Amino acid sequence: MEKVIFEYHSQSTSYVPAADPQAAKKHIPVEYLGVEEVILPQVSEQDVIRHFTALSKLNFGVDNGFYPLGSCTMKYNPKINETVADFDGLAGIHPYAPEECVQGALQLVYELEGFLKEVSGFAGMTLQPAAGAHGEITGVLLIKAYHQQNHPEQKRTVILVPDTAHGTNPATAALAGYQVRQVKSDDQGDIDLDDLQRNLGPDIAALMLTNPNTLGLFEKNILEVSRQVHKSGALLYGDGANFNALLGLIKPAELGFDVMHFNLHKTFSTPHGGGGPGAGAVGTIKELTPFLPVPQVIKKGKKYFWKHQQANSIGKVRSFYGNFLIAVRAYAYFFALGAEGIARVGRQAVLNANYLKHKLENYYPVPYGRTCMHEFVMTPHHDWAVSTLDIAKRIIDYGFHPPTIYFPLIVHEAMMIEPTETETKETMDTFVNALGQIAAEAVQNPELLKKAPLTSPVGRIDEARAGRQLILKYEKGRDAR
Amino acid sequence: MDYIGNTEADNKDILRELGIASTEDLLKDLPQDRIIRQRLGLPPAASEFEVKTQLRKIASQNSSVADFACFLGAGAYDHYIPSTVPVITKRGEFYTAYTPYQPEISQGTLQSIFEYQTMICNLTGMDVANASLYDGATALYEAIHLACEHTQRNIILVAKAIHPEYRQVVHTYLKNSRIIIKEIPFLAGLTDLAALKSQLTDQVAAVVVQQPNFFGCLEPVQQLGAMSHEQGALFITSVYPVSLGVLQKPAEYGADIVTGEGQSLGLPVSFGGPYLGIFACRQEFMRKMPGRIVGESIDNRGQRAYVLTLQAREQHIRRERATSNICSNEALCALSACVYLSSMGAAGLRDVATASLSGAHYLANAIGRIPGWKINFKTAFFNEFVATAPGNIEALNRRLLRKNIIGGLPLEKYYPELKKSLLFCVTEKRTKTEIDTLVSILKENR
Ligand SMILES: Cc1ncc(COP(=O)(O)O)c(C=O)c1O
Repeated sequence: MEKVIFEYHSQSTSYVPAADPQAAKKHIPVEYLGVEEVILPQVSEQDVIRHFTALSKLNFGVDNGFYPLGSCTMKYNPKINETVADFDGLAGIHPYAPEECVQGALQLVYELEGFLKEVSGFAGMTLQPAAGAHGEITGVLLIKAYHQQNHPEQKRTVILVPDTAHGTNPATAALAGYQVRQVKSDDQGDIDLDDLQRNLGPDIAALMLTNPNTLGLFEKNILEVSRQVHKSGALLYGDGANFNALLGLIKPAELGFDVMHFNLHKTFSTPHGGGGPGAGAVGTIKELTPFLPVPQVIKKGKKYFWKHQQANSIGKVRSFYGNFLIAVRAYAYFFALGAEGIARVGRQAVLNANYLKHKLENYYPVPYGRTCMHEFVMTPHHDWAVSTLDIAKRIIDYGFHPPTIYFPLIVHEAMMIEPTETETKETMDTFVNALGQIAAEAVQNPELLKKAPLTSPVGRIDEARAGRQLILKYEKGRDAR
Repeated sequence: MDYIGNTEADNKDILRELGIASTEDLLKDLPQDRIIRQRLGLPPAASEFEVKTQLRKIASQNSSVADFACFLGAGAYDHYIPSTVPVITKRGEFYTAYTPYQPEISQGTLQSIFEYQTMICNLTGMDVANASLYDGATALYEAIHLACEHTQRNIILVAKAIHPEYRQVVHTYLKNSRIIIKEIPFLAGLTDLAALKSQLTDQVAAVVVQQPNFFGCLEPVQQLGAMSHEQGALFITSVYPVSLGVLQKPAEYGADIVTGEGQSLGLPVSFGGPYLGIFACRQEFMRKMPGRIVGESIDNRGQRAYVLTLQAREQHIRRERATSNICSNEALCALSACVYLSSMGAAGLRDVATASLSGAHYLANAIGRIPGWKINFKTAFFNEFVATAPGNIEALNRRLLRKNIIGGLPLEKYYPELKKSLLFCVTEKRTKTEIDTLVSILKENR
């Protein structure tokens, strides 16, 4: 394993001119100055590069291989997106530069919002949220503002989430001050209409729904769900994490969603960065646009402006305007694919997932077996002596990233697989072969799976020990070993 | 162009294998009358060359800090970025990975976050730091949320000298909640201690200030911390991490939770994002922290290894009882900060901080001597300060632009009482010539 950077000692390289060491004392009263030197690594540039290069080799990204991490849409991240995001005229603009200095940036924001509106059918859009969950809180605050503005006398204090929902949905609703109530799924994997009906009432502010849901299934009754929700006076929130399935295929606004977030880092090809930065645009129907965060970009003639004042806006959810350079990448993606390319995305994602499902069904049970959208959920066989975790770890030995595991919660031992549209049949076939072999190993040699992975830089890690010892930073002489 | 890998023939094989005639057969669950049948209103498909040309055209409509001498700061700082930073963050193994859910093949991300957490703890003197939040503003909100949960109190005293956008974000999150935000005015550029004292009761969950504050002034943090603790309130600060190259560590003045905008640590100004929300706190609050945290452990081969830990706080386990709803954060930006701090070292960071504050004092001194101009606050500052012009500041900033200078930030929009006032910022990138040119043009403003 690679040393910690603090364990290197070499001569630091200097990157800026040396400053007069007395200058701080000259200008700033000593009570504000630090007494001891900050402890930071002291290493040469060569060591910095070798260290982080060594670390990178312990990682696995989409560039390394197949990454069928369900719900995360690990599609290929086009390199042109990276190139353009580095342009000085994009990466080097100060957020408070005067409007006349940032006409290109404002145009990009304006046009990207337009592209997103076009593929979603929404009337309003904001790029301010920094991720999916941040889009969720933005959307739920919009819903709260809408109810308060339109019928302040009503007490809509509850948000409904299906039992298949991602953890951020209930966490978001609670954060916005709502009580959370769970709605059951039926035996088809759709939201249970009777249970929904029972739960809807004058206390419900919204239903948060993911469509396709986290089983990878299209909510067949979506129009009926939407009708019931709206009849009760509630709004329909869309978790757009799975929008890749629908891209170019159907517009969420036309399914009855009132507000929805998009994960630009899923559907629109921007990289995940090992856990961000992403971006979570939020779209709304016309009735909710007055509440959108400020500022909004507007166009007058050929010029673009910030509109900072909007009486009913929920305000700001992030400093400045959101993760602009992620928006730049999404813009480049839209521009490359254009109308023709975008029309193919959802369909190809669905085709690939159904192919993989069809092949893997030979080896693994798929509890909700109907035609899937962009992903599906399978499990080990009951009588195998191995768990989903063991299978996931063994997949590493075959050179792939494992699927999402133990989610959604309603499927015992779930493995959620999403190939995305960018993967080839050839890659999927290799993956199917590997999973076929693992299925055989699960029967013949379960111990092998329990020891997996054997080929990775580190083996299985003692998570309980991490939680007990709580070594959360490097301190000389302290070591988990 | 698109990025679909399958050939027509592959797709035909797949359809044959599935026993269907077309992909449309897979879409029977969808309401058929809603399926998009006409061409989308998007531009036509473009080649990579055309994409690049289009983005170049857009970029050329912007004024970048590469071509302009930028005297804007206010939460976004034009510091020098060592070439090591992009070289590392552009490695596909880092930037095309997901959150490290499978630690055996994510040690690169995990260890770099562990190192980042260490550096943030060392800079701030706090016991624990998380893997990042979205930005400085949302990090401040999360700190306030934690303070209210921890103290079970519901009043928050927020200095008006905190970045206006941070206060706006906090306000958005807490509007119509049980938490009451009271703003503490400033006097001569600093949080008004008398006003604070009058509001500081045993119902106050936290006192929240920024150091250096939005005007660049150094708050009497030692006193503010002591006053907060006397009433059992937590003391929360929002910091500018580069300043910690020379300024006192927040732990030394009694901060309980330290947040900040990490953009200054190796990220370009980027029109406001992606940035890096810093969050660190004392041990006592560890289990109430938001976001990912990486811990050290060992693997089944006895090697040192890293994993996500303390996950029982998080949304995927705790759902509606999670400490925060955050999932994706800003991991790659934390990696930038980690490479930046590793490259600069303590001495380099000190040089950056010192050169920035020296340049700012040189500029303030020069402006203070221009007839008609006034430096608003006669108090210690770091690398930003407020100056008031005798004449029209919009015309002044336009004239500066013609000389390839982006002038200070007009403050009236945020603080109506600060008419004709500008917030100037100087970083180590501003040369003496640039500063002198700025001053010579300011002299023309009457
Ligand atoms: C269904 C679903 N909802 C919400 C989210 C949260 O998105 P983010 O991580 O961008 O905050 C995710 C991401 O994992 C998801 O899969």
